[in-house]
Amino acid sequence: MSKILMKGNEAIGAAAIQAGCRYFFGYPITPQSELPEYMARELPKVGGVYLQAESEVAAINMVYGAAGSGARVMTSSSSPGMSLKQEGISYIAGAELPCLIVNIMRGGPGLGSIQPSQTDYFQATRGGGNGDYRLVVYAPSDVQEMVDLIIEGFDVADQYRNPVMIAGDGMIGQMMEPVEFKTPVRRELAEKDWATTGTNGERERNIINSLYINPEDLEQHNIRLQAKYDLIKQNEVKVESYNIEDAELVIAAYGTTARIAKTAIAKLEEEGYKIGLIRPITLWPYPYDEFKKINPNCKAVLTAEMNTGQMIDDVKIAVEGKYPVHFYGRTGGMSPTPEEFIENIKKILGGEK
Amino acid sequence: MAVIFERTKGLTEVETHYCPGCTHGIIHRLVGEAMVELGILDNAIGVAPVGCSVFAYEYFNCDMHEAAHGRAPAVATGIKRVHPDNFVFTYQGDGDLASIGTAEIVHAAHRGEKISTIFVNNAIYGMTGGQMAPTTLIGQKTTTSPQGRTVEHSGMPIRMSELLATIDGAKFVERVAVNTPGNIRKAKRAIIEAFKVQLEGKGFGIVEVLSTCPTNWGMTAPESMKWLADNMIPYYPLGNFRRPEEAE
Ligand SMILES: Cc1ncc(C[n+]2csc(CCOP(=O)(O)OP(=O)(O)O)c2C)c(N)n1
Ligand code: SF4
Repeated sequence: MSKILMKGNEAIGAAAIQAGCRYFFGYPITPQSELPEYMARELPKVGGVYLQAESEVAAINMVYGAAGSGARVMTSSSSPGMSLKQEGISYIAGAELPCLIVNIMRGGPGLGSIQPSQTDYFQATRGGGNGDYRLVVYAPSDVQEMVDLIIEGFDVADQYRNPVMIAGDGMIGQMMEPVEFKTPVRRELAEKDWATTGTNGERERNIINSLYINPEDLEQHNIRLQAKYDLIKQNEVKVESYNIEDAELVIAAYGTTARIAKTAIAKLEEEGYKIGLIRPITLWPYPYDEFKKINPNCKAVLTAEMNTGQMIDDVKIAVEGKYPVHFYGRTGGMSPTPEEFIENIKKILGGEK
Repeated sequence: MAVIFERTKGLTEVETHYCPGCTHGIIHRLVGEAMVELGILDNAIGVAPVGCSVFAYEYFNCDMHEAAHGRAPAVATGIKRVHPDNFVFTYQGDGDLASIGTAEIVHAAHRGEKISTIFVNNAIYGMTGGQMAPTTLIGQKTTTSPQGRTVEHSGMPIRMSELLATIDGAKFVERVAVNTPGNIRKAKRAIIEAFKVQLEGKGFGIVEVLSTCPTNWGMTAPESMKWLADNMIPYYPLGNFRRPEEAE
């Protein structure tokens, strides 16, 4: 299939429909509103349902109902709305239901701004809701990658019966880029024989639930969940890295920030610098092992984010104190520039070459 | 020997955890019987709330979801939109529906969501140990209104049926009580009628059931029945507030 030019937010919708998603529950918020608008227009054409909920709280609980009923279902929002969804996300994780949640992140805290940011890293990877649960979190850095991850993400959600999140910064939602909708490689998925569809008098009752009132039972449930998360850690890590075996400095960055970093790296190479990049594509499970491949003579790791330093915690865990870890970030909806990257890197490496 | 009374197939064999004299049990039975009589049990998907009836998913003999506190109507919406041909109901207390879940119930009604809601109003938070609810009566003592509820501090108790009856999408709204055999029979008729409104695709239906909480009211079961009749019914009048014909 040939490439078509699409805005990020609309491409998300198109990818979801291609992945077989037929239900969307959401609430308007900038900078992701083109996605619900796209779904409102396109889902009815394929026999699906778009529903504008009264709030993000209601939307995510509608997702809980639809996912428990066996549907491929999604919701999307941006940072303040994602805060409201945390209750439902925790229930969905607890009841082990598959769904896709898109967060087109904007500046915070509070109402913050409507400009792009990556300030919800902690919320996405540490669990903004209550309890010991994990989401699979993808951080695409261009529209094509986002499309591919959405299509695969629905399968991952079904395979592990776990919510999957796309953490995109506002830039990626608003950006126009050429995308190709490749025929996806589909995973082998089990029947959803646990879903509530009415017993039809033919099977035992199905119950969708996250309550285990007996502490022994809840502990066992959590142990089962952890075993599942361990399996996800083994199988689902995605990372792109560049020149880390040879680098004198390695940048760790994701999403749009990683793209800007690449421009800086190319310019620095012209000046004779050897700069590597680790770009986590999954923020959870985190690609800790990738950092073990870094050249032992590397002088420093520079974490770069559109926030005041959140992923840096994971980078520090990953490098195990072997390299000094620096931070460069812009926040509040401001974006990093290649020039600022270059300036920071030269400062760390000690002047001009 | 002729069987003149047996357990309804609408409920499982599981023994309920309700306190002695609590009317949640009666209401469960009526819902179970209604589903059996309408022949919809095998097709039903129910949603349990957070509250004393949180374990309703173990009692209703059909597919069930357990929802977050107050969110049952949103969960039911998700289910119904995926399975429009299934019968979908929520069972909710007054803390669940009239406090934390007001947005969800109002908007399920407002959308005319084709679901049915059983709203159990016992004027108190039962599960958490007897705190004040929005439905707690003026002067009623609870653990968080130890001197009795006052208008000045907490406003007047909210009448959800009257409120919901102003919403166009709510096609059936009735308040019943389960304090006497006669009222129990009327309650069952209302539940069946509300369920039929969904089955006929007409829109949202709700039955508010005045119920007792002997444990947290600090009364015996017979005293509770009398308290309900003497105090709740005068403020929460029984009767129908909306039928499809009138709603048209
Ligand atoms: C988000 C959230 N807040 C508070 C609670 C605690 N809680 C559990 S049940 C309940 C009140 C239930 O009262 P009601 O809905 O009237 O039902 P009843 O127990 O009286 O049948 C509360 C506040 C909770 N589980 N979740
Ligand atoms: S606490 Fe009250 S509402 Fe709850 S089971 Fe006991 S009597 Fe019933």
